[in-house]
Amino acid sequence: MLTLILIALAVAQDSKRPPASEQVMLASPRSGGLGAWQKVYSVMVSPRCLNCHTATTYPQQGDDRHRHVANVIRGPQGKGVVALNCATCHQSTNANSTGVPGAHNWHLAPLSMRWQDVNDRPLSSADVCRSVLRLLDGPHLLKHHEEEPLVLWAFNPGRRPDGTMRTLPPLTHEGFVEATRQWVKAGTPCP
Amino acid sequence: MSVTTIHLLTHLLVNGERKTLTVDPSTPLLWVLREDLKLTGTKYGCGIGACGACTVHLDGVGTRSCLVPVSLVGDRKIVTIEGMAHDPIGRVVQNAWVDNDVVQCGYCQSGQVMSVVALLKSNRKPTDKNIEESMGGNLCRCGTYVRIREAIRSAAEKLA
Repeated sequence: MLTLILIALAVAQDSKRPPASEQVMLASPRSGGLGAWQKVYSVMVSPRCLNCHTATTYPQQGDDRHRHVANVIRGPQGKGVVALNCATCHQSTNANSTGVPGAHNWHLAPLSMRWQDVNDRPLSSADVCRSVLRLLDGPHLLKHHEEEPLVLWAFNPGRRPDGTMRTLPPLTHEGFVEATRQWVKAGTPCP
Repeated sequence: MSVTTIHLLTHLLVNGERKTLTVDPSTPLLWVLREDLKLTGTKYGCGIGACGACTVHLDGVGTRSCLVPVSLVGDRKIVTIEGMAHDPIGRVVQNAWVDNDVVQCGYCQSGQVMSVVALLKSNRKPTDKNIEESMGGNLCRCGTYVRIREAIRSAAEKLA
């Protein structure tokens, strides 16, 4: 009798499920969205982004993400302190002859937008995804990735003091924006 | 292979005076000040923005002139250590420097003074922590830090 009841319940459950073809269609946007998110994440934790999305009281530098030279600290607004602020060295554009990167309003991301933990390791894809969505909805994040001067700088980071080019993020800016767009279109799924 | 250097007509506003000169736009401001305008009070220390000896003000912001190509200065007002004699806070700071006998070799001191003036223009009552943080990018190989701090406190008291 119990077996019959269980079979009946199982049949009832199955009758509520969409056909297999529909299940695939429902799953696709999310899995596609997750794939797009992983691309977005790969850029967000590249040194060009992570060095200023720190969890520390100072910015970082270089592909090895070492502490910024010259005793630079975060300061109350993420722009350093008086007489030793970002603008003390960073101008509105890259200074390739001296190797100092620059863009409009150079500053650290606020601690609410840190993409690393206190041990200097990048946050997981899932943690960054949830952090992002606590701060911005999909359309605003897309706009940020499309237009923010410091985001644009990451894809045109200029020359190091030794004249070599800084390492680029793993995607082009166009690829980054397109991945963000796909992720937003898929409903901003998080891992 | 020969390297062609392009020189451009450049206009600068330095210590209240308009200057027009022809320079390579990639030249750091420091060298334009020292070599072209003969304002040698601003010093070359490290050339990588790590010592603060080359500090000048661009629109009041303490700036490492060794790192800023002259082409990026634009129409911002440049003030060097030579301009501090005409600055009310600059005069107070320089007098405090003399009163406290801060200087030993003196090489870094023009950069120190420029950073202090930037600090005191923004904060008339700096705490020790403010001083430590704001002056953290100005190095003194003679180790005059104790006297620098005393002079800053003394200048801040006079400005209060």
